[in-house]
Amino acid sequence: MLRELKERLGAGASAEEMVSALFSKIKKSKLNAYSNLSEDSALERAREFDKTPWTGLLAGVPIAIKSSISTEGIETNCSSRILSGYIPPYDATVIERLKGEGAIIVGKTNMDEFAMGTSTETSYFGPTRNPWDLDRVPGGSSGGSAAAVAAGEAPCALGSDTGGSIRCPASFCGIVGLKPTYGIVSRYGLVSYANSLEQIGPLTLSVEDAALVMEVIAGHDPKDSTSVKSDGGYLSGLNEGVQGLVCGVPKEYFGEGVDPEVEKAVWGAISRLEELGASWREISLPHTRYALAAYYIIAMSEASSNLARFDGLRYGLRLGADQDWHSTFSEIRAAGFGPEVKRRILLGTYALSAGYYGRYYLKALKVRTLIKQDFERALSAGGADVLVTPTMPFPAFKIGERIEDPLSLYMADVFTVPINLAGVPAISIPCGFAEGLPIGLQIIGRHFDEASVLRAARAYEEATPYHETVPKEVV
Amino acid sequence: MDHISWLASIKVAEEEREAFVASFNSVLDYFHQLDELDTEDVEPTYRVVDLTNVFREDEVRESMSQEESLRNAPRTENGYFKSPRIV
Repeated sequence: MLRELKERLGAGASAEEMVSALFSKIKKSKLNAYSNLSEDSALERAREFDKTPWTGLLAGVPIAIKSSISTEGIETNCSSRILSGYIPPYDATVIERLKGEGAIIVGKTNMDEFAMGTSTETSYFGPTRNPWDLDRVPGGSSGGSAAAVAAGEAPCALGSDTGGSIRCPASFCGIVGLKPTYGIVSRYGLVSYANSLEQIGPLTLSVEDAALVMEVIAGHDPKDSTSVKSDGGYLSGLNEGVQGLVCGVPKEYFGEGVDPEVEKAVWGAISRLEELGASWREISLPHTRYALAAYYIIAMSEASSNLARFDGLRYGLRLGADQDWHSTFSEIRAAGFGPEVKRRILLGTYALSAGYYGRYYLKALKVRTLIKQDFERALSAGGADVLVTPTMPFPAFKIGERIEDPLSLYMADVFTVPINLAGVPAISIPCGFAEGLPIGLQIIGRHFDEASVLRAARAYEEATPYHETVPKEVV
Repeated sequence: MDHISWLASIKVAEEEREAFVASFNSVLDYFHQLDELDTEDVEPTYRVVDLTNVFREDEVRESMSQEESLRNAPRTENGYFKSPRIV
């Protein structure tokens, strides 16, 4: 897909024509996948490319960027009123890397406000729609990025994944989404929500494309103290197949609460991997049922601290005449944040407050240790090489169906949040349909073993047609 | 609620209060299922990647200009960010 696009550009196809075709498609779209476009700079860069083509892994390739990733000169509002109009004076490290390999940024994608959500419905700029069924959510929080890629409004995109925010929308929109090992991709310039959990990663139409984007964005960055060295090589072992690969199937990820069609598709995928030379065995991740509570306590606590910076002083919303310090900021934050963001900041503040720290935050960090150990045990030497599960317990739900009941929305993240607590890499790839809606297969690997995850995903993809099926609504 | 709202610097309007309290109670109830687990001897995990201190030479590098730094500020005065009164 990206390879074909690069070949077309290499054979003399016009980048300008490609980029302007993209913009006319986006402008006619009903999806609301983008919050703002960088039309002038993208077209100018495309014209420069046509005049003097440059080289690079993504030379001339258009890409959409989630609105939580800073782009110099391009509005980055995190789909929040409080950051509406904010234009970063610098690029995130991943953006520098993309530009360094020749990519062209076409715009910023809609998301749940500050990445807090599973449906892209908490955006201040209205929900994004699912290209497979316009009445349904695209998943979240990187819903705009996923919908754009699924509908052909961008050939690839970046998202960020704190508790499933890349994999959930990839699953709901029928595309590929990779959450890398914590630390492999620099978070410098990513607007922080829960910094110990989140990673930037690719949303693409194929596993090879995801590997290609990883090749560009991964690597140590002195500006992010949690970033580690990447050995690269995401593309090189991609086609080596799954002969001898051991897939662990965690029993806690099946049964009650999982749509039978989803289970059927995932078991079908496991059989297909077996036919391709892998083996599978049932394993247990015994603390799975505690992951959701631990995740939300940690994420909300970190959010309450990270979002303290939004006060309308150095950037963002400022209202009316200034009063005293505290009243001014309290009113700006009341008006600038939506209900879900307020809920998480307030709950996180509560969880960290005097007298409750041990009961909530510290307890959650201890449970995190148990969950991390579950994964280490399951993926230890002599155990499974990768784990295979559903990404989401059900296909995309209807817009409005869950938003009024926060807890029911949180429950949707049950299979994605444990991965962020453990910091391991995981991909979602399409593995079937239920009444016309895509189903996602999640493949989880050891820390820093993106190679096995990508190799298994690639082998499965090559043997199945799902990634080539395109939503009818938007053809 | 008043105390948390003050700590978080987010004013909670009278008409929002009831819905927030209801959702807090259901979410906190859900969190309490962690009480089932005995974590007495478990160490907390603050981060999944081990960090080591990094040293570098203390050299002056280029940084953002004052003009650039102030570009997004809603209120400025004489090249400074303008804050509400503190005292």
